[in-house]
Amino acid sequence: MRRFSLPTLLAEALNAHTGWSRQWRNPTPKPAYDVLIIGGGSHGLGAAYYLAKEHGLRNIAVLEKGWIGGGNSGRNTTIIRSNYLYDESAALYEHAVKLWEGLSQELNYNVMFSQRGVLMLAHNQHDVQSFKRHVYSNRLNGIDNEWLTREQTKEFCPQLNISPDIRYPVLGGALQRRGGTARHDAVVWGYARGADALGVDIIQNCEVTAIHRGPDGAVTGVETTRGPIGAKKIGVSAAGHTSMVMAMAGVRMPLESFPLQALVSEPVKPCFPCVLMSNAVHAYISQSDKGELVIGAGTDQYVSYSQQGGLHITTHTLDAICELFPQFTRMKMLRNWGGIVDVTPDRSPIIGKTPVKGLYVNCGWGTGGFKATPGSAHVFAHTIARDEPHPVNAPFTLDRFRTGRLIDEAAAAAVAH
Amino acid sequence: MAQDFRLPGRGRIDRKKPIAFTFNGRTVGGYEGDTLASALLASGIRLMGRSFKYHRPRGVLTHGADEPNALFQVDRGTGRADPNNRATVVEAVAGLTVSSQNHWPSLEHDIGQVNDLVAPVLTAGFYYKTFMWPRSFWDKFYEPAIRAAAGLGVAPDAPDADRYVHRNTHCDVLVVGAGPAGLAAALAASEAGKRVILADEQAEMGGSLLADLTSTIDGKPASAFVAEALKTLAGRANVTLLSRTTAFGYYNHNHVVLTERVTDHLAAPDPKLPRERLWQVRAKEVVLATGAHERPLGFADNDRPGIMLADSVRTYVNRYAVAPGRRIVFATNGASAYRAAADAKAVGLDVTLVDLRPEAEIGPERALLSGIELLAGHTVVGSTGGKAVTGLIVAPLSGGSVGARRTLACDCVGMSGGWTPAVHLFSQSRGKLTFRTEIDAFVPGTSVQAERSAGACKGTYDLASILAEGWAAGADAAGAPSTRAFAATPATPTGFKAARVLPTDADPKNVRAFLDFQNDVTAKDIGLAVREGFESVEHVKRYTTNSMATDQGKTSNMAALGLVSEILAKDIPQVGTTTFRPPYTPVTFGAIVGTARGETFDPIRTAPVHEWAVKQGAKFENVSLWRRAWYFPKPGEDMHAAVARECRAVRESVGLLDASTLGKIEVVGPDAAEFMNRMYPNGWTKLEPGKCRYGLMLKEDGFIFDDGIVARMAPDRFHVTTSTGGAPRVMAHMEDYLQTEWPDLDVFLTSITEEWGVIAVQGPRAREVIAPFVTGIDLSPQAFPQMTVREGEILGVPTRLMRVSFTGELGFEINVPADFTQAVWEALFGYGQRFGITPYGTEAMHVLRAERGFIIVGQETDGTVTPDDVGLSGMVSKAKKDFVGKRSLARPDMARADRKQLVGLLSADGRTVLEEGAQIVADTRQALPMTMLGHVTSSYLSPTLNHPIALAVVSGGRARMGETLFVTTPAGFTAVKVVAPVFLDPEGKRVEGLVEGGVHA
Amino acid sequence: MLLVPCPYCGPRPEVEFRCGGEAHIARPADPDALDDAAWAEYLFARTSPKGLHAERWLHAHGCGRWFNALRNTVSDAFITTYEMGQPRPDIAGDR
Repeated sequence: MRRFSLPTLLAEALNAHTGWSRQWRNPTPKPAYDVLIIGGGSHGLGAAYYLAKEHGLRNIAVLEKGWIGGGNSGRNTTIIRSNYLYDESAALYEHAVKLWEGLSQELNYNVMFSQRGVLMLAHNQHDVQSFKRHVYSNRLNGIDNEWLTREQTKEFCPQLNISPDIRYPVLGGALQRRGGTARHDAVVWGYARGADALGVDIIQNCEVTAIHRGPDGAVTGVETTRGPIGAKKIGVSAAGHTSMVMAMAGVRMPLESFPLQALVSEPVKPCFPCVLMSNAVHAYISQSDKGELVIGAGTDQYVSYSQQGGLHITTHTLDAICELFPQFTRMKMLRNWGGIVDVTPDRSPIIGKTPVKGLYVNCGWGTGGFKATPGSAHVFAHTIARDEPHPVNAPFTLDRFRTGRLIDEAAAAAVAH
Repeated sequence: MAQDFRLPGRGRIDRKKPIAFTFNGRTVGGYEGDTLASALLASGIRLMGRSFKYHRPRGVLTHGADEPNALFQVDRGTGRADPNNRATVVEAVAGLTVSSQNHWPSLEHDIGQVNDLVAPVLTAGFYYKTFMWPRSFWDKFYEPAIRAAAGLGVAPDAPDADRYVHRNTHCDVLVVGAGPAGLAAALAASEAGKRVILADEQAEMGGSLLADLTSTIDGKPASAFVAEALKTLAGRANVTLLSRTTAFGYYNHNHVVLTERVTDHLAAPDPKLPRERLWQVRAKEVVLATGAHERPLGFADNDRPGIMLADSVRTYVNRYAVAPGRRIVFATNGASAYRAAADAKAVGLDVTLVDLRPEAEIGPERALLSGIELLAGHTVVGSTGGKAVTGLIVAPLSGGSVGARRTLACDCVGMSGGWTPAVHLFSQSRGKLTFRTEIDAFVPGTSVQAERSAGACKGTYDLASILAEGWAAGADAAGAPSTRAFAATPATPTGFKAARVLPTDADPKNVRAFLDFQNDVTAKDIGLAVREGFESVEHVKRYTTNSMATDQGKTSNMAALGLVSEILAKDIPQVGTTTFRPPYTPVTFGAIVGTARGETFDPIRTAPVHEWAVKQGAKFENVSLWRRAWYFPKPGEDMHAAVARECRAVRESVGLLDASTLGKIEVVGPDAAEFMNRMYPNGWTKLEPGKCRYGLMLKEDGFIFDDGIVARMAPDRFHVTTSTGGAPRVMAHMEDYLQTEWPDLDVFLTSITEEWGVIAVQGPRAREVIAPFVTGIDLSPQAFPQMTVREGEILGVPTRLMRVSFTGELGFEINVPADFTQAVWEALFGYGQRFGITPYGTEAMHVLRAERGFIIVGQETDGTVTPDDVGLSGMVSKAKKDFVGKRSLARPDMARADRKQLVGLLSADGRTVLEEGAQIVADTRQALPMTMLGHVTSSYLSPTLNHPIALAVVSGGRARMGETLFVTTPAGFTAVKVVAPVFLDPEGKRVEGLVEGGVHA
Repeated sequence: MLLVPCPYCGPRPEVEFRCGGEAHIARPADPDALDDAAWAEYLFARTSPKGLHAERWLHAHGCGRWFNALRNTVSDAFITTYEMGQPRPDIAGDR
């Protein structure tokens, strides 16, 4: 693997870039692997990378039904933060943020992790209380998060309309300065390149159509559109398609898949300094390095695999954006797309073992999986390699839905009384 | 500037209506009917922009929506400036201030052009390979530099002066595109009597026919056909014609969304007009007649200003009466450019045509070239010039080898690499595309929704066929299939030979053939991407940014796809297709938002006594959908003083609260009590009519969902109240169970929130205040005890009068018809003056109930809290076999001893008012991450006790009474003592109003 | 935006409706008889199929009635609607 660096780039510039080789191979599937990862998104590729790098496994394949990164990895709004309320969530996302902070160097691939700060706006007394609860909780967990007054939010994000007379006035905000964004495609490709260099086979256009189990119930392999492939262990990292894949092993999941929409504006010169979120009005906005405003919208209300939602969902979000930033009404929507997100009842992910021996699942990331990518991949690899969860993902079991020990970030955000 | 390139005596511009605007400070003339692009070209201005990455000088490439280069900042006055407008679609209007973008200090001299010198470094994806060292430099140095260089125009920074509206409409047939196919379709569909909408993005309908001066249709000139068709359509009452209207999104179930630009073409628009109108059309059937986009040719330096699409040359000449140059070289691999060449020649321009195809493959189009030099079997290997093209370098091809170069001097190049059907809307409708090799293009295949395509967007390029196809599509959509033949002459030449990057004798390493002009993606970039393993077209797109620019790849998409397929030696369909997403062209946020701005963005709800409270100078807070009075400051009072005064009034005399925002649901029917039994954890069968009971509602997961007082009005009638925010979801929750789980129960649910206003009269004097006004109810404590309800009249108005208290004091909640609420309120307020009656807001309400230890759902609870957690296990019936949430309460986690339980906290220093949301620990010396026991849910300085009080949920809290714990504050930890979550009157005696004078905790 | 065929009112825009998720997950007659796993299955497990989905819809801003629908989750096309309490129609549709 040719190392990426300024000197190699300059050398290649003189050589018309003919010296670069494939970032990952295009291998023919072997008859069997020690570990198969189903799903070539950033979580799956990352898990393969860490399995090879940290757990010494070499006989690994990632099976992707389309092209790697074609699902939610390449369809999200790239927000990264770890200021979650519950200890379990905070630990998981902070694990990820710590890995994000060195990921470009780790992968020798510039994933453009930009710690421009994530500001969450409080619009009513209930938000204020809830955000202060987050701030205090995060700080005692060793995670940066600070409360900003109304005026301080304006200082941090000068574009903000903090007039007290608007429908959702800004009463303050919670700011995580270490939060930010990263380049989603680069994360996919960086992990793919890194995993490939460690011997992982990345097999695209290979859809799993069945999961085979032996007499003892343990997995033995999969059937795919490119033929059968044996496996000792299988990790499912299939995002919106998890329910379908797990059904192949006879496991019914506490998941539903919904379209989640996002959009970008035309690119403009820098006009927005940070990541800004307003849960009350459902607005999530940042500006990409290319200059596009990147805006996250909501999910449609019905189960769908169409990657296309209704305009009214996007409209609702743009209403909110233009209320907070009236000057943006003349910005233009350039692209509007959808991804299929798998949502759990408590809005927290499931990372762990399943009732089927040798089958592991990493799913349920809902609308927020991108930010967790390196952490999720890292602990999923641990879980598969050791057949037991990493302490960070131990609470995120499938079993919590039986015991009632939910990690309900959505409920904790609660509702205005 | 003089319009030196304006052609005499032709075109669809209105020469009687000259206009002038400024471009980069210079005045430019034109006529009504011009676009910015045609007016600039008429004045000889070729240099119109700088590319995104290399800042290469660029001119206009196209004449329509597909323009990647000529993007302008357009300023129409204060609050009306916006970036990235395509010069080819913005109509030239008097008084516009137009400027080019992405350069410094000027368009002519742009320092950013140094990027072009280091272009070999700035290749596809270069940024993934560098800027990683040292680590901290990315945020601080590299990224800001990249961001400053990126972007195109400048975002508006002033509020928008315009407004936008929406129209929702239905039609039988929506026809998108008013070129020949669309016109024919609309004629056919409307002839069948169907409601038809015909929409076209241009100022004038007619599409390609507007630039066609040679064709005749049924014996008449094309322009006459257009005029007659439009006249016919305009005369039909069942037809709506929408010009300047772009159908940009094709959503589910034939929901097609269009945006109409209402005023942009007007120099002084009527201020009453919206700037844009968004049409949300639900069409029974759709006809897509969206035409096709011409492809550029890939050769070295194919991006110099003056090099444009062949059909654009034709359009500028014929429609806008502009010569894009005087010496024009056409370069093509197909027949359509021959018409352009002939038309250019016809107005006296010097024309040469270079055709990649050998002489033998050239068809009847050859006849169009009378007097024009044809270089058949020639490739283009480059161009000369700087800020404008000065020559096209061509060379003969023979047997696969490139012959001697020859430079054709020119000031304009018209290139044609074939056509790409505009299948965007079809693809958005989720139709499956199919590839047609002979035209080297994807065309609509299988439909998913009720639509059909016709004409060039379906890959049909012959005019007579287009018209016939359009007619048939329109008739079919109208449910009255018919065919009609159109005689169109001369026959449209359609010969074509697919070409990727043109053959060259140059070292490919040194050739920069641009595919995506705006994003500066060259054929070399595509090659590099494929070499690095990016083989799916989506990977190539993302790695190189090809087709990601503001034109979304209308001119570049197929070129990249073709190139990848050539490099990989795979068929194009195997490489993949792009799935097109909305919008077809960029749409302003304003148009999408429409009128949902300011007051009409999520309208606020106000309670019946709102106006009175406004007049009293109340401060308000938003609570879910409502704006509620927060406190009523007197002159000179701050919030703290006002709330303290309000609280004291309630404790000592009497206060008034507008509680109308509480949700109210009437549960009626023979099975009402059984229904209540199943919905709530406590029992309802034994509750006698006339009595009230606290209702704690759980969801099926066992967690607290809502609460409120329930009054049994009659054996078959319950008056249920909910929290302010909970009203709709409680109603939905009940209705769901009633209809879907227990349809056998004979019960009706009615939301009565709006029907009844609620005035809470609270305080020892409450009875005295209401007594003079109440008739038909015995108010004596014996006849009307706490937690009962009576029906009677107040001020002659029917009332459901409840004796309930959320303050701990003697109190009543007066339900009266909403329209009479203010009258009753004012009467009580007037009469109550003798007792010092005091209106109080939500903040005092919160303090008063916290003193008494009452929870607020959503504050003490957060969706993970069980009845036992907040000390309300007594509300959970042990006797009932089942109710919603019961089974979940038996799960193992619900009985954990370390669950967070509701407690009271008293600050040890007697002064510190804790922050709501603050976290609680037992040991402040532990290292991070600390073990947190819980958090403060409510905290106030109690005016009654003159001491800070707080409610909190604390792990195993009920077993910690008397313990000292520590709570976070902005300044560090503060010590608190854990106490019972009741600070005042634990026995609940005050509701009898018996406590006179002082208050004792 | 979907056009939802309310069996009582006719086709209406989706914003008038609330989707209630998977249909035919009846509340157990005797919840206490279920073990924790079976209860969790009732509460949380969902099919989320790629293809035909039997689901519940409420015409919230209309007639206020719940009904069942069969919808294809790939095309989003409604195949049919039917009353609450009726069994899922035996339709094999893969539109």
